[in-house]
Amino acid sequence: MQRYSGFGLLRHAMSHHENWQRVWRNPKPKKHYDVIIVGGGGHGLATAYYLAKVHNITNVAVIEKGYLGGGNTARNTTIVRSNYLWDESALLYEHAMKLWEGLSQDLNYNVMFSQRGVLNLGHTLQDMRDIQRRVNANRLNGIDSVALDTQGVQEIVPIMDCTTSRRYPILGASWQPRAGVARHDAVAWGYARAADALGVDLIQQCEVTDILTEDGAATGVMTKEYGAIKGGRIGCVVAGNSGVLAKMAGFRLPIESHPLQALVSEPIRPILDTVVMSNQVHGYISQSDKGDLVIGAGIDGYNGYGQRGSYSTIEHTLQAIVELFPIFSRVRMNRQWGGIVDTTPDACPIISETPVENLFFNCGWGTGGFKATPGSGHVFAQTLAKGKASELAKPFSMFRFHTGALVDEHGAAGVAH
Amino acid sequence: MFRIYCPYCGELREEEEFHPKGPAHLARPADPDNCTDEQWGDFLYFRDNPRGLHNELWVHALGCRKFFNVTRDTQTYLIKGSYRLGESPDQARTSGDQA
Repeated sequence: MQRYSGFGLLRHAMSHHENWQRVWRNPKPKKHYDVIIVGGGGHGLATAYYLAKVHNITNVAVIEKGYLGGGNTARNTTIVRSNYLWDESALLYEHAMKLWEGLSQDLNYNVMFSQRGVLNLGHTLQDMRDIQRRVNANRLNGIDSVALDTQGVQEIVPIMDCTTSRRYPILGASWQPRAGVARHDAVAWGYARAADALGVDLIQQCEVTDILTEDGAATGVMTKEYGAIKGGRIGCVVAGNSGVLAKMAGFRLPIESHPLQALVSEPIRPILDTVVMSNQVHGYISQSDKGDLVIGAGIDGYNGYGQRGSYSTIEHTLQAIVELFPIFSRVRMNRQWGGIVDTTPDACPIISETPVENLFFNCGWGTGGFKATPGSGHVFAQTLAKGKASELAKPFSMFRFHTGALVDEHGAAGVAH
Repeated sequence: MFRIYCPYCGELREEEEFHPKGPAHLARPADPDNCTDEQWGDFLYFRDNPRGLHNELWVHALGCRKFFNVTRDTQTYLIKGSYRLGESPDQARTSGDQA
């Protein structure tokens, strides 16, 4: 791998930037891999990278039916934070946050991680009590988190309407200064490039049609394009399509797939230098480096795989944004899209062994997976390397829906991601 | 944006009048006290989540407020039809009921 550096940029300028090497290879799959990862999004690529880097397992394939990072990795609103209420999830997301903080250096690829802070607004007294509780829980877990009053919020976002005459007055917020946004495509590309350099085969445009099993153990995958590919261990990281893959292996997951829509406005001058989220009016917004406002909200209520949703959901989203920011009421929206999110009943992920031996699932991240990308990959790599759930992954077993030991983030942080 | 047929009002109405309520035909275990944790967990949380035809429960929240089932394709979003509770999916229809 050619390292990217200022000097390299200068050197390539001499040849008019026409001799840059390919960022990754495009290999034909081998017959057998130690680990096969199904799904070439951010989480899958991160898993492959950490398998190679941390666990020295390089005979790894990532199999992707479309192109790398073309699913939810490219469809989210890029928010990164770790201020979750419960210990299990706080530790997992904070693990991710620490990896985010060194990620560009680690990958030698600029993921444009920008720690511009995230505000989670409170509009009712109960919101404020919940925020206080969550902030205290965060601090006990070593996560930077501050509770702000209306004045404090107004100082951070002067353009937001914080007057008390609003229908949903802003009474305060939780504030995580280390939180922020990252460039979503760059995360997938950075992990892909780094994983490829360590010997991982990235197989694109190759659809998995079946999971091969023998005596209750997974032995490989059947693909439409290359036939059977054998693998010692199989890791499925396919977000919205997890239910489909589980069905191939003969079991069900506590997951339902829903469309989640997002949209961006026309580019405008810098006006919002942080991320604002509200559970109560239900919307979230930030401004990208390009200048467009990046906006998202809730899922469409029905099940769907179609990567699109209903217009009424977009309307509700923008109602929420205009409620918070009347100043944006005449900004025109440029593009809108949908991704398919895999929601669990407790709004926490599944990083788990399954009823099928040697088959592991990393899914159920629902509406909030992007922020966890490095942590998810790191933890799942360890799970695949050892063949059993790692310490951080243990609470997120799919079998918690049988034992009843749910990690209920739904009320705490599961609404706005 | 869907136009959903309400088999009680006998009309196609805008999606915003309705709320989706998850998969249809989820049978509550007949004897919950004697369920194993697996059976109870399966009933509460585990879902087929199919890509393709899906029978699902909807409520006409801003209309007659009755519950009914819809057969819909989760990939194309095409709606095959609606049927009342107690009817079977092959009775799914998009017209023919009196309000």
